[in-house]
Amino acid sequence: MEQRALICIGCPMGCPITVTLDNGEILRVEGNSCKRGDTYARKEVTHPTRIVTSTVRLSNASAPVVSVKTAGDIPKEMIFPVMEALKAIRLSGPVRVGDIAAENICGTGVDVLVTKNVT
Amino acid sequence: MKGYDLIIIGGGPAGLSAAVAAWDAGVREILILERDQELGGILNQCIHNGFGLHTFQEELTGPEYAARFIDKVRERNIACLLDTMVLEVSPDRVVTAVNREQGVFQLRAGAVILAMGCRERPRGALNIPGHRPAGIYTAGTAQRLVNMDGWMPGKEVVILGSGDIGLIMARRMTLEGAHVRLVAELMSYSGGLKRNIVQCLEDYGIPLRLSHTVVDIHGKQRLTGVTIAQVDENNRPIPGTEEYHPCDTLLLSCGLLPENELSRAAGVTLSPATSGPVVDEALETNLEGIFACGNVLHVHDLVDYVTQESFEAGRRAAAYLQNRLPSRGRSVPVKAGEGVRYTVPSVVHPDRMDDSLTLRFRVSGVRQGAFLSVWLDGERILHQRKPVLAPAEMEQVRIRRSELEKRPDLSAITVCIEEV
Repeated sequence: MEQRALICIGCPMGCPITVTLDNGEILRVEGNSCKRGDTYARKEVTHPTRIVTSTVRLSNASAPVVSVKTAGDIPKEMIFPVMEALKAIRLSGPVRVGDIAAENICGTGVDVLVTKNVT
Repeated sequence: MKGYDLIIIGGGPAGLSAAVAAWDAGVREILILERDQELGGILNQCIHNGFGLHTFQEELTGPEYAARFIDKVRERNIACLLDTMVLEVSPDRVVTAVNREQGVFQLRAGAVILAMGCRERPRGALNIPGHRPAGIYTAGTAQRLVNMDGWMPGKEVVILGSGDIGLIMARRMTLEGAHVRLVAELMSYSGGLKRNIVQCLEDYGIPLRLSHTVVDIHGKQRLTGVTIAQVDENNRPIPGTEEYHPCDTLLLSCGLLPENELSRAAGVTLSPATSGPVVDEALETNLEGIFACGNVLHVHDLVDYVTQESFEAGRRAAAYLQNRLPSRGRSVPVKAGEGVRYTVPSVVHPDRMDDSLTLRFRVSGVRQGAFLSVWLDGERILHQRKPVLAPAEMEQVRIRRSELEKRPDLSAITVCIEEV
């Protein structure tokens, strides 16, 4: 049996969570105070994921860059490939919150969305 | 002189929320004065996610959270003057401001809400010895350069201070291709949220050196390196523990200070503990009709709490304007007892409080398994065990009006941390 101690990143409370595993199989998740913590802990010990936020270049607009985010979690090991792909993206203004900056980024099945209104 | 019912100084999350609440309570002549060229304040550069779980039950980025409130302000046609700097607020609520189009001008306000936010503690306030080369930035300045202006301040980075902005910038600089050597923290615990230690430092293998500080800065034109050293329990560097770290960039994340030059000049009483105005349950300062909310009042770690507090300030300012805010009546001080650094509000007027009141406070040190207590003079009305209490995380308790009404001779409310 193996125990993994985690701090939940689901919200600012930062609950300390203990996951008990046996040969990679999750037996127990303890210490979380909500469902979000349970989901996070199970993913974190099997296949950790993160939301990535960054900026992309913008032309014909009042700002040189605009902030973006992945619409959902992507595998942790895809963070740097996604950052590299974002460098190549050039958007043209104006852009709105929710506009798609890139579809299915790096084959993750997740789109990249604009997070700011820029005229 | 032109006038408004309500003038709000600052168009960040506090000012926007206060404006929306005041409008929804029936105030129509509202003006927001903002010195930047757009609304949204600091949220515009906080492009990371984690905002709005309480307010919108979803996780938004800073600009998205700001956009929701900017939309609310626009839907209500609330007037805003951008690129406009307020120079002075008088005790009788004449606001002097300046911008390129109108020059210096004055406006009369029925009520004023102070929502100017806070500033970072700069190098000059930290007394770090050494040269003054280029390459030393506050973390927030670097955040603005990277996230809004599209510039990278450097490639080899040391960060002093483990406040949330420092941690967020450690990740951000790493994602943009810089190497963050370490984060040094003077205290024996981090000043940031636990989840930021995990997702900003541990995810990227960035070391956090607790009880360490920068003791020397090297380089004449451009920063070439810093010397860090371990500190003792009195935060004094321990000789022999010095380490040299070559770097071209030093980011400072060493605390935020409420920006109260306008408040002080107006005659608003400030609290030495928060550096913000002393306010009562209505978030009203000692000056009638002048209210305060958000980071100008005390530094918050969650924008959701800024929004809640600012809704309250907007509602109370509206009540004042509509002659629905009763006079203050008897006043009961709220005392920060053992283990508590401050409370907001620090005075309560039971005769005009709502059915219940949220008291926000910070503890002065990390405590595990301690009890959070509220005493009304010699009687303890709350005794709640807390697994962890930390200065980085704002706490709150609710006090019921009925508890205060039962005690007409009450001399003080005390919030404290107790071992048993």
